[in-house]
Amino acid sequence: MRIIITANNASIDAPFSPRFGRCAYLIVADTESGEWEALPNPASSASGGAGPMVVQFISQQNVEAVITGRYGPNAFTALQAAGLRGFVAKGRTVRDVLEKFKAGEAEEVFAATGEELHGGGRHR
Amino acid sequence: MIIAVASGKGGTGKTTIATSLALALAEAQHEVAYLDCDVEAPNAHLFLKPIFTQNKDVDLLIPVVDENQCTGCGVCAEVCAYHAIVVLGGKTLVFPELCHGCGSCTLMCPEKAITETPQQLGLLEAGETPQGIHFARGLLNVGEPMAVPVIHQLKKWRDPRVTEVTIMDAPPGSSCPVVESLREADFILLVTEPTPFGLHDLKSAVQVAREINIPAGVIINRDGIGDAQVEAFCAQADIPILLRIPYGRDIGEGIARGKNLIDIRPEYHGIFQNLLADIAQRLAHAPEIAA
Repeated sequence: MRIIITANNASIDAPFSPRFGRCAYLIVADTESGEWEALPNPASSASGGAGPMVVQFISQQNVEAVITGRYGPNAFTALQAAGLRGFVAKGRTVRDVLEKFKAGEAEEVFAATGEELHGGGRHR
Repeated sequence: MIIAVASGKGGTGKTTIATSLALALAEAQHEVAYLDCDVEAPNAHLFLKPIFTQNKDVDLLIPVVDENQCTGCGVCAEVCAYHAIVVLGGKTLVFPELCHGCGSCTLMCPEKAITETPQQLGLLEAGETPQGIHFARGLLNVGEPMAVPVIHQLKKWRDPRVTEVTIMDAPPGSSCPVVESLREADFILLVTEPTPFGLHDLKSAVQVAREINIPAGVIINRDGIGDAQVEAFCAQADIPILLRIPYGRDIGEGIARGKNLIDIRPEYHGIFQNLLADIAQRLAHAPEIAA
């Protein structure tokens, strides 16, 4: 199964990012083979709408699920529309989070888990 | 002449100065208009006491996608600068709270599958004050994040260029709503307080004024508190300090009771009338930046 984990750097050993829309990198990992690849997040510095933008990007990466720290309302609506499963987890590195996911310790979410924090929607 | 009163930091006395300036000028027989552009928290009406006789809704046009005509081609998502419309799983999704109402998606949709529906963002109100000031304000609906269209519509509704003197009471900060409030001004009064916070935000406000190429001067309110760093900054940045209003408990108490500065300290009638003359003279001597 191919999944995406949010990260602060371009490595499987990078710190795990609890931010979804504005994380620096997205680590695409294969849970069976252990192969991984780092993709820069095109939404990380979007002036607004980072949530829908990152989901649009992820929907083109042929993955089934996302693991991050929390989902804002716009991001979660988009995630559902894209037919992607969303999980939340805690961990120091992306590798920690991947291992937790494989051990069934990541929690699947069915609603937004936090208010959008950074873009805050439209410009104020 | 359009004089904008801005501050960077909130709570420096922007509205206190803007309202008393308007009153002093109206008293000196100038034709004065006042636009309260602080649409997230307009409060100048508490001091100028206009009687509102006209109002108008502010709408934003939000796209609505006809699913039967939409092919999921994604052109709308590509042209949207705000990611307010995305195509996911072949379905087009609109996020109204991200939409700036620019109309690009509607214009570019090859299937003509998008129509627009007005969504009310806020309200404009206008009326005369007892002193004959043409007062108008914008009021953003609670929970709406976008102030710019309300300010923009306010300026279209009550053109600040038609009166002899228009005072624009800008929002605090240095983001888009501030730029929208300042962009047509002839002169910007930057109200600050001599504290590290006042200085920090004054620097941002000065950068905005420079970026939009409008001459500015500083008013130091609550003079006597804090330190001398604001003065040092103004000297170094070559920004004139036009006025200092001393810190005084009587002023704070009076404002809290809804009194105007010129009523609490009558000498400010003349001081604000002189301020207009000072600004006019500065503009006359700096035509290359005033243009």
